[in-house]
Amino acid sequence: MKQKDPDLLLMHAPLLRQGMTTPGAMRDVIYALTPVTLAALWFFGLGALLVLGASIAGAVLTEWFFALAQKRGESLLDASAILTGLLLGLTLPPGLPIWMAFLGGVVAIGLGKVIWGGLGHNLFNPALLGRAFLLATFPIPMTTWTPLRGSESFFHVSASNLALPFMQAKVDMVSSASPLGLMKFEQEVTPLTNLMFGNTLGSLGETSGVLLLLGGIYLWIRRDLDWRIPVSIMLAVVVFSGCLTLVDAVRFPSPLFSIFSGGLLLGAIYMATDPVTSPLTPRGTWIFGIGIGALVVLIRVFGGLPEGVMYAILLMNAATPLIDRYTQPRIFGR
Amino acid sequence: MNTLGLLRRNFDHGVHPAHLKKQTEDLAIQRVPFVSHYVMPLGQHIGVPCRPVVKVGERVGRGQLIAEPGGFVSTALHSPVTGTISEIDDFRGADGQFAPAIQIEADPYATQQPDSSAGIDWRSLSLEAFIGEVQKAGIVGMGGAAFPSHVKFSVPDGIKIRHLLINGAECEPYLTNDHRLMVERPEDLLMGAEIVRQKLGAEETIIGVEMNKPEAIEILQRHIQPGQPVRVVPLKVKYPQGAEKMLIKTVFDREVPAGQLPRDVEVSVNNVGTIVAIADYFLRGLPSIERIVTVSGPGASYPANLIVPLGTPVREVLRFCGGLKDETREVIMGGPMMGRPTASLDVPVLKGTSGILAFTEAETARPKEYPCIRCARCLEACPYFLNPSRFARLARARMFDEMEQYSVMDCVECGCCTFACPSHIPIVQLIRTGKDALRNRKEKPE
Repeated sequence: MKQKDPDLLLMHAPLLRQGMTTPGAMRDVIYALTPVTLAALWFFGLGALLVLGASIAGAVLTEWFFALAQKRGESLLDASAILTGLLLGLTLPPGLPIWMAFLGGVVAIGLGKVIWGGLGHNLFNPALLGRAFLLATFPIPMTTWTPLRGSESFFHVSASNLALPFMQAKVDMVSSASPLGLMKFEQEVTPLTNLMFGNTLGSLGETSGVLLLLGGIYLWIRRDLDWRIPVSIMLAVVVFSGCLTLVDAVRFPSPLFSIFSGGLLLGAIYMATDPVTSPLTPRGTWIFGIGIGALVVLIRVFGGLPEGVMYAILLMNAATPLIDRYTQPRIFGR
Repeated sequence: MNTLGLLRRNFDHGVHPAHLKKQTEDLAIQRVPFVSHYVMPLGQHIGVPCRPVVKVGERVGRGQLIAEPGGFVSTALHSPVTGTISEIDDFRGADGQFAPAIQIEADPYATQQPDSSAGIDWRSLSLEAFIGEVQKAGIVGMGGAAFPSHVKFSVPDGIKIRHLLINGAECEPYLTNDHRLMVERPEDLLMGAEIVRQKLGAEETIIGVEMNKPEAIEILQRHIQPGQPVRVVPLKVKYPQGAEKMLIKTVFDREVPAGQLPRDVEVSVNNVGTIVAIADYFLRGLPSIERIVTVSGPGASYPANLIVPLGTPVREVLRFCGGLKDETREVIMGGPMMGRPTASLDVPVLKGTSGILAFTEAETARPKEYPCIRCARCLEACPYFLNPSRFARLARARMFDEMEQYSVMDCVECGCCTFACPSHIPIVQLIRTGKDALRNRKEKPE
């Protein structure tokens, strides 16, 4: 009764794994951003789709180009390039010429990720690095906010979206001020309900606070997001701007306004929580978040620009390795 | 123990694998018939191997001493079967390494009545004599580590064991051998516990059982005599609840300091299988010659809980269970989280073999690995609060000294990090390579 043995493998334990995968986590963030993206399309029309499409195309094509060059074709499958492109697109003004959005995507992946060694190795958030490049290179289009679509047809595309690359010295853009600009330069407060439901000017993804929060809750339930980061950022913003409001309620915005205006929620929930560029340790994430919150308030109130979330996150990204080094957890029994 | 500790009753971090115990948890323990050939390696336990006291050709009875302890951290070995010593030579074990073993041909006409008659009058034994008897019985930790129990019971002067903690957590998925033992032999478990408690002079016995075994908890509670200093503590179901330092943290809310042992916090932790083995020896004179093994896993045709004589080849145990399914690709000795794969089915069941698990392509296929995205899931999983992602990176870079600086030797290789990693990085496997390299370097200084 000799039984034939199977060819035994020697795969070492543990043989069990939890279900989540890295590409799955990336896809979760994309799903979480879907309502915000749809809202951007609704508020700004086809132009929004063109800007988002251009930045995603720039990101994905760059990833693909470098993957081919390095014979790592499968790196496209982890969905991280699509996510970077989408995140970048959501931080751009709706009227931005689409070639600029495309260029932003190229820089985000090329300089923000690939040169560092690819996924997991970059120091700075790629999407924000792409945006920082655009803001430095094209300051006027990057701070010109086109009005909401209103009663215009969905298919109406503003002329500025279609501006030709490098051909026009000056891009004509219909402009208004964003809530943060109104606050900073005219001390005019936008009603909170508008901020929450998206009835305001601003970047594509920063118009609706409620949808951003919903996506964040989804990510928290799926355990894709370290809740400490958005919570500590918001707490820090509330505390610091609260102090300023106590000093002068007219000149300085209220804490709630600070949270729901501009890119704070988008940055706090989707950008600062990028695991690659945020600290590993729980204590580290608190320091990281509080640092971002403090920098946001400082830049918004005292800086030359009305918005400061991007620089705040990038600066704290740079501090991440140091934070990690000094916040190592206590080892069990030591 | 403070009230807060009672309320929290938990250890930090850890993971939640599926329990996968349904297949076998209700199957009564069956006895595997005697087979023709047995292999008893001399190093089944942690420590110095045993020294044979028999010669090739010698006839031995079931339960007869065949090898004596090779030192203090060593234990006795007994024949699991009545038969003839056929060989004393190197035998290839589950890890592929040759190690000395005694091989025995069973006598097909023997009654297999154990070569022991009465129990031992344990009440009159001094602690030293009790410890000597435990060593003579060849009893080691049956949870998987196979650390000689008499060494655990020998505490240095100045240390007093106040709590006897019995480990019935059985946190490894699939395994149900401890569960069945608690359900089927509660009297022996409680009696064995009482013997150890009295001999160690401990104040009370605490049996920790994970809450996914309500039947065992209920049966044990029913069998405790009024006034007996025994408590059953239901434990939150979380891996690795059965790691002794995690169990102590849960039950007493105390951390055993790194590099120290449970006895340093006045606790002795013993697996339920070990305690039942002690009862078997002191009540019936039966030394450690068999153990309970769970056969399960997706590749097992008929999962079972079995009494297996030590030394029985895994092949024979599997044959008793209807063989392996055709799609089986791997056989693990122990649990799916910490067990070791075996290269051959000719290897025997040892004192530390709690399970024989068969896995198929689905579990053994190497998953596609992605770069580490620093998601910190491994940090949140590690019950020792280490930084597994950094160890994995350092191990790949062969920076073993740096690993040591970051306390890699505190790692118990529970596998939570690999379980939790969404990028499918074999973290604990990489850590093992680092620890092995460090150990080898210590042994052979240049």
